[in-house]
Amino acid sequence: MLTLENVYTHYGKIEALHGISLEVNQGEIVSLIGANGAGKTTLLMTVCGDPRASDGRITFMGKDITETPTSEIMRSGIAIVPEGRRVFSGLTVVENLQMGAFFSDKSDFARTLEYVYDLFPRLRERHSQRAGTMSGGEQQMLAIGRALMSHPKMLFLDEPSLGLAPIIINQIFEIIGKLREEGMTIFLVEQNANQALRLADRGYVLENGKVVLQDTGANLLVNEDVRKAYLGG
Amino acid sequence: MRKNLPFALFTAVITLVLSLPILGLKLTHEGTKLVLEGATQSTYVYIFLAAAAVFLSQLFREQLNAAKAAVKPKGNILAKLMPPEEKRDMAGKIFFVVLLIAAVLIPFNTGRIWSDIATLALIYVILGLGLNIVVGLAGLLDLGYVAFYAVGAYSYALLSQYFGLSFWVCLPIGALLAATFGFLLGFPVLRLRGDYLAIVTLGFGEIIRILLNNLTSLTGGPNGIGGIPKPTIPMLQFDPEFSIVNLEFSRRAAEGNVAFHEFFGVPYDSSLKVVVLYLIALVLALVTIVIVRRLIRMPVGRAWEALREDEIACRSLGLNRTAIKLSAFTIGAAFAGFAGSLYGARQGHISPESFIFFESVIILAIVVLGGMGSQIGVMVAAVLVVLLQELSREFDEYRLLAFGMVMVLMMIWCPQGLIPMKRPHLQLKQE
Repeated sequence: MLTLENVYTHYGKIEALHGISLEVNQGEIVSLIGANGAGKTTLLMTVCGDPRASDGRITFMGKDITETPTSEIMRSGIAIVPEGRRVFSGLTVVENLQMGAFFSDKSDFARTLEYVYDLFPRLRERHSQRAGTMSGGEQQMLAIGRALMSHPKMLFLDEPSLGLAPIIINQIFEIIGKLREEGMTIFLVEQNANQALRLADRGYVLENGKVVLQDTGANLLVNEDVRKAYLGG
Repeated sequence: MRKNLPFALFTAVITLVLSLPILGLKLTHEGTKLVLEGATQSTYVYIFLAAAAVFLSQLFREQLNAAKAAVKPKGNILAKLMPPEEKRDMAGKIFFVVLLIAAVLIPFNTGRIWSDIATLALIYVILGLGLNIVVGLAGLLDLGYVAFYAVGAYSYALLSQYFGLSFWVCLPIGALLAATFGFLLGFPVLRLRGDYLAIVTLGFGEIIRILLNNLTSLTGGPNGIGGIPKPTIPMLQFDPEFSIVNLEFSRRAAEGNVAFHEFFGVPYDSSLKVVVLYLIALVLALVTIVIVRRLIRMPVGRAWEALREDEIACRSLGLNRTAIKLSAFTIGAAFAGFAGSLYGARQGHISPESFIFFESVIILAIVVLGGMGSQIGVMVAAVLVVLLQELSREFDEYRLLAFGMVMVLMMIWCPQGLIPMKRPHLQLKQE
């Protein structure tokens, strides 16, 4: 569904990604793990076209999107839950969700809203509350809900567990699993390697802008190097 | 109280040290020499009284604070006066209708001067609402908004002077021209944010003013353009033949137009043209209010707000930030052009002097005072600012001081503005 072939990304003169190749197939959860500064978020942003890949090819659903404007990429069936949630804090929950459905069919809105509310009952309770006044976990749910409002074919999650309590993280990961069952393709970028790999069909390990390992999630979980580096021995 | 004593003494002494030389001593000329002279007896009395007041207020600080806390109302005073949420829509409508009737009646109850001031207030309402889109909703700090206002005013003045176009033709052209300028300025600067954007827009405002000042052959330079015609009103004529004539409200109509009093055969009334201008301004302000209201409720309005809140999130949802920012900038500028044309018609004479940086500051102050993004607030603030300016004409040199003080007090008491933007309030459900 999504393929990266030998992708390089530069920030000015500094090369952040050194020839990344990976693929995500329809209906999979693929996890990308790596330490701080390994280039996980850069990789995600490069797929979105900001920063642009300086070399290589990115294709999504058979279409080359390497040079497509960011706004078009984001409307072509990709939805991203950005790092640090980034909900519109002054807007209410409903308004946030409306923003998610900005380019979708208006007649479909009520149904999609109902779907998101069923997924996150918490959001239904808080529908007219300002997003900024909610807890971190609720904001994360809102960010995921907002991304789902556009009926994406593929969902990118950038560190959904960042700064959340373990019990909330479990809830979030449960929802991600549920989405997979519904057929959603998910690309998960996480530092929380344990949970990310447990959920994933396949995983990639990123180190200093390079993919150093790739395998099934289960295999990576028991991999000696991965255990040492990311799972605390 | 005991422990406050040293500090209270200290502050009193500071007060004396500061105010005695500043207020108590005077330099005067005596021939070619400067002589130091003491002030009058009463000045010294005042100084010592002030020092005593400082001393006592510091000494009884706790008691004063306690007293203040007792009388201080909780929350926003104006917001408290507002009717409850569920009735607000209805109450708002009634209030609006009453306000409208009052607004229509203003010129017939007050004199010519007040109608004129009210016209100015309405111009500022339009300006405030326009800038509110840019600053309040889209969150783009624009310190050169006056440039678009100038474009509107000059386009009407120039078009009527060189091509003899009427007010009603120039009005949309002025708005369109201002919008074009907004669009052109928007392209290069919208990649900037916050303070950088503010500085560039400030520069743009100055460029336009200096350009107008120096383009003497076209704009008359610092002398400006005079003799800008007042708006006419088209009217159906049946006699001698069926046609449309433009009614003028001056004593003698220009060629091709008909004077209002001659057309209707009523005695000439010089205040009529002020009244008519006011009513036109009222209609234009209403049009602005309606358009902006619609815009805010449209997806583009929501997009402006979202962009103000979080740019990255906006982009992640597939919104094109350049398009959104440009639309805010362009539409905001168009309203300034609108107001500018009206201003030209009201003044009859414009010069670069009217479009200085301070004018941008006032419009921005209106938006901030009213409450960023709040339409009602901006309207109220526009009227208040114009009224304050007019009422304080005698204390001209203290005007800025008062202005600054009001701003500071506002930021302390209601930092959200007079009437904060209406947003659904926090609803906590018990679980």
